[in-house]
Amino acid sequence: MLAALFIIISVTWFISKLLPGTPFADQKLSAETRAQLFAKYGLDEPWPVQYGKYMLHVVQGDLGNSYYFQGRPVTEIILARLPISAFLGVQAILMGLVTGLVLGIVAALRHNSFWDSAATVLAILGVSVPSFVLGPILQYWLGVKLGWFPIAFFESWRHSVLPSLALSVFVIATVARFIRAEMLEVMGQDYTTLAKAKGLSRLAVVMKHVLRNALIPLVTVLAPLTIYIITGSLVVEQIFAVPGIGEEFVRSVVVSDYAMILGTTIFFSVLFILALLIQDILYGMIDPRIRVSGAKE
Amino acid sequence: MAAAMNGDNNLQVKDLQISFTTYAGEVQAVRGVSFDLRRGETLAIVGESGSGKTVTAKSLMRLLPEANTLIKGGEAIFEGQDLLKLSEQRMQKIRGSKIAMVFQDPMTSLDPTMRVGKQIAESLKKHLGLSGQRAKERAVELLTLVGIPNPEDRVKQYPHQFSGGMRQRVVIAIALACDPQILIADEPTTALDVTIQAQILELLRELQEQLGMSVILITHDLGVVAHTAHRVAVMYAGKVVETGTLREIFYNPQMPYTWGLLASIPLPTADRSQELIPIPGSPPDMLDPPKGCPFTARCPYSMRICADEMPEYTTFSREHKAACWLHHPMAPNVEPPVRVGGAR
Amino acid sequence: METRRPELTPDLFEQIEAGLQDSERIVGPPIGFWRDSWTRLKKNRGALVGLVVIVAVIVVAYAGPLLSPYTPFGQDLARRFSVPSSQFWFGTDEFGRDMWNRVWIGTQVSLYIGFLAAFLDLVVGVVYGAISGLFGGRVDDVMQRGIEILNGVPYLVVAILAMLVLSPGIITITIAIGLTSWTYMARIVRGRMLQLKEQEFALASRSLGANRARLLTKHLIPNSLGPMVVNLMFTIPLAIFSEAFLSFIGLGIQPPDTSLGALINEGYKELRFHSYLLWFPTAVFSLLMLSFNLLADGLRDALDPKMRK
Repeated sequence: MLAALFIIISVTWFISKLLPGTPFADQKLSAETRAQLFAKYGLDEPWPVQYGKYMLHVVQGDLGNSYYFQGRPVTEIILARLPISAFLGVQAILMGLVTGLVLGIVAALRHNSFWDSAATVLAILGVSVPSFVLGPILQYWLGVKLGWFPIAFFESWRHSVLPSLALSVFVIATVARFIRAEMLEVMGQDYTTLAKAKGLSRLAVVMKHVLRNALIPLVTVLAPLTIYIITGSLVVEQIFAVPGIGEEFVRSVVVSDYAMILGTTIFFSVLFILALLIQDILYGMIDPRIRVSGAKE
Repeated sequence: MAAAMNGDNNLQVKDLQISFTTYAGEVQAVRGVSFDLRRGETLAIVGESGSGKTVTAKSLMRLLPEANTLIKGGEAIFEGQDLLKLSEQRMQKIRGSKIAMVFQDPMTSLDPTMRVGKQIAESLKKHLGLSGQRAKERAVELLTLVGIPNPEDRVKQYPHQFSGGMRQRVVIAIALACDPQILIADEPTTALDVTIQAQILELLRELQEQLGMSVILITHDLGVVAHTAHRVAVMYAGKVVETGTLREIFYNPQMPYTWGLLASIPLPTADRSQELIPIPGSPPDMLDPPKGCPFTARCPYSMRICADEMPEYTTFSREHKAACWLHHPMAPNVEPPVRVGGAR
Repeated sequence: METRRPELTPDLFEQIEAGLQDSERIVGPPIGFWRDSWTRLKKNRGALVGLVVIVAVIVVAYAGPLLSPYTPFGQDLARRFSVPSSQFWFGTDEFGRDMWNRVWIGTQVSLYIGFLAAFLDLVVGVVYGAISGLFGGRVDDVMQRGIEILNGVPYLVVAILAMLVLSPGIITITIAIGLTSWTYMARIVRGRMLQLKEQEFALASRSLGANRARLLTKHLIPNSLGPMVVNLMFTIPLAIFSEAFLSFIGLGIQPPDTSLGALINEGYKELRFHSYLLWFPTAVFSLLMLSFNLLADGLRDALDPKMRK
């Protein structure tokens, strides 16, 4: 995985060199000033040298300096904005998880009934309506028309409700569909019938056997959801004017702040790979088949 | 053996009829099955896949999927009550405590995420109120009973740490946990290696004698039957076509299907000159079952009436009866194939 | 149970030929894989609705603009920001352009990009997966590494970076999007390849080496068509979404051309006072996404042999 990360960083760096436009192009500078700035940021050196220096810095956690923010270190900017994005993301996941689980479990238990169909349709809706459509809708109805929540910026917890809500809908839908499918599969297994044959009540069978087996694979949803939250944040933070990492990334794209673009992309990749790692470890911990290696007779 | 057969009835099944609604139509899986189970005996229900034997067994414990199962008729009297009509609540009290079941595939019968001891303890807790230390001790006892070595260690392990045969022993331990009166074993050895099969069958036999339970053994393998059963009921296409004691069925079978079954067992003593006589064809479609004797299409002795009318039972002895038109006075005299007539 | 006692005549007890033909009689009409799947798909109301809506949208997208006397680019500043009326069915935007036209032209573009990108990543995925699976060994390892790396970056970020390097245009957008989701298809195809290799290998060792590739292609494609179709149905809405996203942040279709994403972006800017500019493209977009997802879901269930009842 580390190798993958290394390659990702290298490739991203390379791509950033291919990006059109030059840094500082939008600022009115004299040729000398520009040359000075270039020298300061090492932009005048041959590529292999730049590459080497960059990689060296990255390993030390230094992602270069943002051109746009007059030399503030990229790492610093990212870390400053991290709590906000993280808060939105985690809140969205929690909201989504809880609601999704309830929806999915109910749908599975009332298979083929009205509730099941309703939940399935809702879930598909949730997956189909993207956050940049949902965001404005929420802003309009819950924010402007009904005035329940503020629609922009990030000054209090109430400001986080709408953006998290917009992000969470997809999570709800995904989790609901997933847990429903898992539960239906588990309920069709022999050991569920055996549990019933022991005389356990329906509730006991569900709580003690079905849920345990159905929830374990849920961990595999962690990584895809992380990707979703990352990309979703790009849009949601824009719409709700939340000063998070996503908003910064979009701005850096618009103003060609290459160090920032590069640094943020790397950050996202690291985050994702971390999520994958955590997912693997978690799965190993909670599934007894992996945790306790079989000692067969 | 004789004592077992003279005992009174533990279970009486009369005219059981079960169908399933599928998107292709109604599948009549069980069409009027009746049998008795005596105390302390092993009754083997034999038949091909699709004969309705598993459905019959599961229906006794009401484990069939509610959504598309239709219990169209019949009764199953146990301790004076009709199992088919009991409420779910009362069935729960019976399942696992008075009637228990062992399933076919030990690789999928156990919850992979729960320790084996705990799975045994579940019935102990539910029916006997045991918990904690006492439940664990009893679980260890049960593991010992079914022949699992190192039970104190094993009781804490997960199913995937056991081999197939061992897992089946665990399943049996779970079934025996509350000392049931009736044990229903649905093809308990089909998924196991042959040597392990023998072990498990032997285990079941010992346990039955030790604990005095009645056992319904469902199987398609007559070899299995020969070792363990006191009485046999042969099922075909949702009906019981012949019942009798073990000797009667093996040495004096009265129904062509039974002849076919016996004739298709490979005998270890046979040499290459003796043919295996398989039964040609396959069972009828239960969506639209034939109105006469269901075996007609594959029966070498079928008569015109066989296709039109269902034969009634002819009784040959106290335990032995068969449903076949060949026993009607107007039917020609037919001798069973040599191989069957004197099969030893 | 009542049994009517019929006349039991001796002739009824004559032995007859066993009706073996009857028991071998095929139960029900023979069911081919595709027919069976189509039958099951038809029963899934959601999928049918999805299919109908998609077709309807496509038809309107092409027929709609023809119904209106206006054009998508003609500006009429005197009529800017008109509310939907009988004259301008969807209203007009800030330049007085007819929204009915613009929405449907935008839909055309979005659909076009969506289908093309999905098709592109299908092709790339199949080729990549086939090569990876066919050659196996070292080649396979390296190629799988490649996929791992590509997957390490969130797909939209890849699309964004791609768009930054290439200048925005319909083809470049298609490439950028198609670049991102082929890995899933590749994985499936590779899996099938590995499977088939085991089966056909004995045959291949007998036959000429050159035939092996063709043989596998002949078997591979029909066998994988099912998952391919399902995957395609899932990637089309994903591609439409990606394009909309790119346009939303300004990296997609550039004005005066338009797409659903661009329209949503423009409409969003006017949310406060001219919200209708947002709702129409949003409605069409959501409808498309929903329908594709319903259809894809239904297809996946229908083509899954395990779901047979």
